[in-house]
Amino acid sequence: MSAEVIWGLATSHVPSIGAAMDRGKTEDPNWKGLFDGYRPAREWLAEHRPDVAIVIYNDHANGIDLDIVPTFGIGTADRYTVADEGFGKRPVPDVIGDPDLSLHLLETLVDDGFDLTVFQELDVDHGFTVPLSVWTPDPGDAWPCPVIPLLVNVIQYPQPTAKRCYALGQAIGRALKSYPKDITVGILGTGGMSHQLAGARAGMINPEFDAMFMAAIESDPAKLAALSREELIREAGSEGIEMIMWLIMRGAMNERVRKVHSHYFVPASNTAAGLALFDNRAS
Amino acid sequence: MRSEIPGTPVFDGQTSRRGFRMNKLFMSLRFAENRERFRADEGAYCDEFGLSPEQRQAVIDRDWQAMIDLGGSIFYVYKLAMMDGRSMQYLGGVFTGMTEEEFVAAMRAGGRTDVR
Repeated sequence: MSAEVIWGLATSHVPSIGAAMDRGKTEDPNWKGLFDGYRPAREWLAEHRPDVAIVIYNDHANGIDLDIVPTFGIGTADRYTVADEGFGKRPVPDVIGDPDLSLHLLETLVDDGFDLTVFQELDVDHGFTVPLSVWTPDPGDAWPCPVIPLLVNVIQYPQPTAKRCYALGQAIGRALKSYPKDITVGILGTGGMSHQLAGARAGMINPEFDAMFMAAIESDPAKLAALSREELIREAGSEGIEMIMWLIMRGAMNERVRKVHSHYFVPASNTAAGLALFDNRAS
Repeated sequence: MRSEIPGTPVFDGQTSRRGFRMNKLFMSLRFAENRERFRADEGAYCDEFGLSPEQRQAVIDRDWQAMIDLGGSIFYVYKLAMMDGRSMQYLGGVFTGMTEEEFVAAMRAGGRTDVR
């Protein structure tokens, strides 16, 4: 018995991607190139529905504030409400959780040295719902399966190191293997790619770094895990550092994965948008 | 110690301490009733949250660069911008000395690859 990761999806979580979908702008000339590039991934995902998904993301002043800044956290609720970020909720379903798997992950990860903060109640913002929309553009009344939020502080320095994120992913992979039920799991690493929102470098995009990251996340994640915080901020921008969350996804997967599809598009608002979908049943 | 990266504000612990009250104000603007109270008397709302005189002035003047300099997190500052109907591209223009249109054009041309 075990929980088996069947796929990993790395994707941007920029709010404007969700807004473009919510407002029917996906055929707009400024957006079409992004959404056309999602299609092969969405088609494959529609045929590979897991029993549970884990979304690795960060909150943006909606579900949590700066009173408490957990480096890593996990939701253990049976339901997560879509956050009102200031102008009404996105018109997407609330999220059904899987408390049994959440608590198994929590207990196993704490025993393995990862002391996660527990969220018994959590409103999930665009960082969480946009990746679900990238995966499932038309969810109807419900997302394809229960989803567990795994939160990472990427907003306030010091963010966890890339190395620690990769190690957490590997620990999640081990924890899933010891789950006493046979289920399949999809894992989403969100954020990125290069972007910076404030300062004189606002608007910076680094296509060379993004291309390197996109290639290495598949074949050489250890190389990315060796990047320092400073290197990430310099090369990917002060907000691009959030790509460390892709490493948690990757760590939970097998050493060898098969790339199903990837896509890179500039701009999604002030960012480079990236998508990479990996089949974990490569061999 | 970390090294400074030119043109790159890093929201670290000291910055977060400095901006704490102001960022709490920004987050409160998620709720319509708070936006109404803020609009009715911005100065009083700032005082209620305990902003420093400099932060209070930056908020009232919509001096976005000063808000960042005084400890604002861009994700929090953005709540006020959204309330004003301002986009992240408008803010990008403010931070880089461009109009919103120029900033959008730079992004659509592939982003500011010259400052990477």
